[in-house]
Amino acid sequence: MTQSDINNTILEVENINVEFSVPDGTVQALRDVSVSLDKGETLGIAGESGSGKSTLALAIVQYLDSNGHVSDGSIRFKGRDILNASKDELRSIRGGEIAHVAQRPSQALNPSLTIGEQISESIRLHQDIDSSDDARERTIEVLDQVNIPDPAEMSERYPHELSGGQQQRAMLAIGLSCNPDLLILDEPTTGLDVTTQAKFLDLIQDLKSEYNTAILLITHNLGVISEIADRVNVLYAGKMVEKGPVKEVFSNPANPYTQALLATTPELGVDKELRPIPGRIPDLDNIPDGCIFADRCDYATEKCETGSIRMETVSERDGHESRCLHWETAISDPIEAEESAAPSHTPGEDVLSAEKLKKYYDVGGVIQNRFFDHQPVQAVSDVSLTIRESETVGLVGESGCGKSTLGRTLLKLHDTTDGSIEFRHQELSGLNKEQLQQFRSECQIIFQDPEASLNPNKTIEEIIERPLKLFTENPPEERQQRITELIEQMNLGREIRSKYPHELSGGQQQRVAIARAFAANPSLIVLDEPVASLDVSVQASILNLLNELRDEYGTSYLLISHDLSVIESICDRVAVMYLGEIIETGTTSEIFAPPYHPYTRSLLRSIPTLDPTEDIAQIRLDGDVPSARDPPSGCSFHTRCPKKIGDICETEDPQLESVGDTDNSHCISCHLDQDQIESPLDMVANPEM
Amino acid sequence: MNRTNQIYLLKRIVTATVSLFIVSTAVFAITQILPGNAATVILGNEATEEAVKEIEAQLGLNRPLWQQYIDYMIGLLTLNFGISLTSQQPVMSMVWPRFIRTLQLAMVTMGMTVITAIPLGVIAAKERDSKIDYLITTSTYLGMSVPSFVTATLLLLVFTTGPFGFLPSGGYTPISQNVIEWLQRIFLPALSLTVIVMAYVLRQTRSSMIETLESKYIRTARLKGVGESKVLFNHALRNGLLPTVTVLAINFGWLMGAVVIVEEIFRYPGIGELIVIAIRNRDLPVIQAGVLIPSAAFIFANLTADIVYTWLDPRITMGDQ
Repeated sequence: MTQSDINNTILEVENINVEFSVPDGTVQALRDVSVSLDKGETLGIAGESGSGKSTLALAIVQYLDSNGHVSDGSIRFKGRDILNASKDELRSIRGGEIAHVAQRPSQALNPSLTIGEQISESIRLHQDIDSSDDARERTIEVLDQVNIPDPAEMSERYPHELSGGQQQRAMLAIGLSCNPDLLILDEPTTGLDVTTQAKFLDLIQDLKSEYNTAILLITHNLGVISEIADRVNVLYAGKMVEKGPVKEVFSNPANPYTQALLATTPELGVDKELRPIPGRIPDLDNIPDGCIFADRCDYATEKCETGSIRMETVSERDGHESRCLHWETAISDPIEAEESAAPSHTPGEDVLSAEKLKKYYDVGGVIQNRFFDHQPVQAVSDVSLTIRESETVGLVGESGCGKSTLGRTLLKLHDTTDGSIEFRHQELSGLNKEQLQQFRSECQIIFQDPEASLNPNKTIEEIIERPLKLFTENPPEERQQRITELIEQMNLGREIRSKYPHELSGGQQQRVAIARAFAANPSLIVLDEPVASLDVSVQASILNLLNELRDEYGTSYLLISHDLSVIESICDRVAVMYLGEIIETGTTSEIFAPPYHPYTRSLLRSIPTLDPTEDIAQIRLDGDVPSARDPPSGCSFHTRCPKKIGDICETEDPQLESVGDTDNSHCISCHLDQDQIESPLDMVANPEM
Repeated sequence: MNRTNQIYLLKRIVTATVSLFIVSTAVFAITQILPGNAATVILGNEATEEAVKEIEAQLGLNRPLWQQYIDYMIGLLTLNFGISLTSQQPVMSMVWPRFIRTLQLAMVTMGMTVITAIPLGVIAAKERDSKIDYLITTSTYLGMSVPSFVTATLLLLVFTTGPFGFLPSGGYTPISQNVIEWLQRIFLPALSLTVIVMAYVLRQTRSSMIETLESKYIRTARLKGVGESKVLFNHALRNGLLPTVTVLAINFGWLMGAVVIVEEIFRYPGIGELIVIAIRNRDLPVIQAGVLIPSAAFIFANLTADIVYTWLDPRITMGDQ
């Protein structure tokens, strides 16, 4: 190794194995994993849950749980042996030279210390700054660096007084405060809204060009890697399966797993039939011989099942490697998502329709509302929405826009403040007890977190039988028959009947929740972020399942999601919500093509694409969503709108008006005229295209 | 102090006042249903009907109930609980000094608990599942599972007789008279109560500290390179001790009732002894005061806990639901 190589390489992880001892054996979380990272380089580690990507990050800073250890291999940071470093050495490396920015900033920041205290603590530890004035000055400087508005004032605040995006910036500020040589970002944007995520990624881009910090970016989100990483390593079940430059790996994946992962990820504007990856990630306490992906792989042959599979060089020049015996076949005949078949269903009669629906709720206690200023949260204001038979309507918007509240209010899980809801042309408020029971059986809901929505003390069979007992008068044998039928339809094994929810994977749990919702043949199901907590490969299979079930039963869905690509892949019509109002509505193709509401356009432009060469001029929204207790006057979006035209936006509330040619299906509430909405000013053609 | 904090405090004070009102009404109601009546208490069972009537008129017991209730409430507001039926002394002058003594006992117990249970709980959490942890947790379980009269009797035997008998066996010396002697006499009863309260406080401290030490922000602190002692004192304690504050306040309320037995064993002239006698004699005004004053102290302790909470956790005012 030459001198320059040594100077240039910041981090070298060589063939490490990480083991965790658990009550009944050893879990081999990472096996033979090597990573190297140069100065100023950004390396993305991609992987689904259980791939060991966070374990890798924690192994680098030597912070594995007490039952885990690196059993083999070496980790060298700037030439120093991390595995044998003393406690003092580690303390000075952590925070000083390697900064670890954890996911979920709301949990990773200390709730009882101000942001400023948490940043200056790090500064005082690692830099020659002793006076509190100097530390404070540096703190404000770093907060400014991560684009936190009004840094001096913000540094006095506690974490709960910041928005999610600001908290993540504050985490990053702690990391950057000591000018580290290596920045580890562990799922930095998970849990952030797309608009917030986009701004955070911009910030990382800026920092990359400004400083020479090496970045290790760990995420399940391939779009994020495609957007900011230079190279990518794909991790599957504790093994590195593919390595290479981002452009190379995304355009020319040489490993079946990478290909499958790309084919299963929904993409905006790309019409593709999502291909779920069959099977599930293997248990890591009993590793089978041969290729770890073999049992889920389309290319697998007998040879894949024995021996150890080595990394094969795909391209020496690019440093592109793949751990696959059949990588050549995989490249020449890749797994690709096919175009999706044209929707085979036609919407029928109106099932549920809401007219001028309002849902306000109070915060604070009785005393505050009676004796002090009383401002209710205007979660849903004046929403009109119709869902027809066997139709999927998507409801999309940032967190806090009122989409979940709307979904629940429509099902009468909340009382309405004002307006009307009709189910099959019958006003809900006029239903008697029996009719309401009937309505409950006709309209079901599926939640984001399946584990929390299934009773942990009941078997799967009991869980699915419950609605059958409640809503039908079927005798026990018929109920059992229906359960068998449902379990089969959900592609769940028969053995699942007697299991308990905690014994199932997240995807299986969500299938059970779907089976339960379908048990009594409902006509409408509200799906509240049904795939948000699932891995992409599982997400695709759930979305496909929902599609099949709709075609078979003619059920209508209201799909609530923050993820536009999920909405695009399964919905017929879409409503975009902002601050409790629907600001655009239309068929899916109308929503995803111009003319756009400026808000919809910003949402669409915020999503990182899977194509690393694509270079679209970004639209970024300023600031955060205003409080729903005190929404802005006029058009509620005017405070952040990049296309604001003037006073009219602040004074007059625009109405939803048809922009389409004939049938009034595409409506936008905006003061811009047709031409202005139409003109795609912010779209810049890709210079390489 | 900002506005939300003020509103929060105001709410807490209103809640405390309302609880106080409810408790005083409940006490009035209970003393009304208690069997036996005041006149027979004073005159004995052999009294003639006329004598009873006369006494009742004298005490105002023949008036309608609502009038008695209003008088009682007005009395409370002026801290006037009336005259004891048996000793004919003003109730306040009987109850107050004893309450103060019991309060001293409770305070010393709480003080001893805080300085032992919290550090031990933190150590147990820090050294989780080690020998030290097992030693600390099992010994406190032991302390908790032995009834207080057994502990008290054992302590009495060991420290007041035989080779270690250097402490007086009971009684009370005012703190203003002789601090050392006050401490010597209050120490054993306080210790026998501490043994029990300590177990609850320690268990709470241990489990919430374990949870805190496993939290993501502690990981953040360690990955910033913060040393272990600073992690513990600057990052963990403030969050980890929050639930302990509540447990302390609840145990304070428990102490107010539990002292009765311990006071008896150590011949400590506190409020417990007084209430027992008052109940035996059906001395209603004394019972009322003897129940109400400790209840008020308990409500006040909880109010204090709430205030300490706001000071410890900046989120409280926001997430106040």
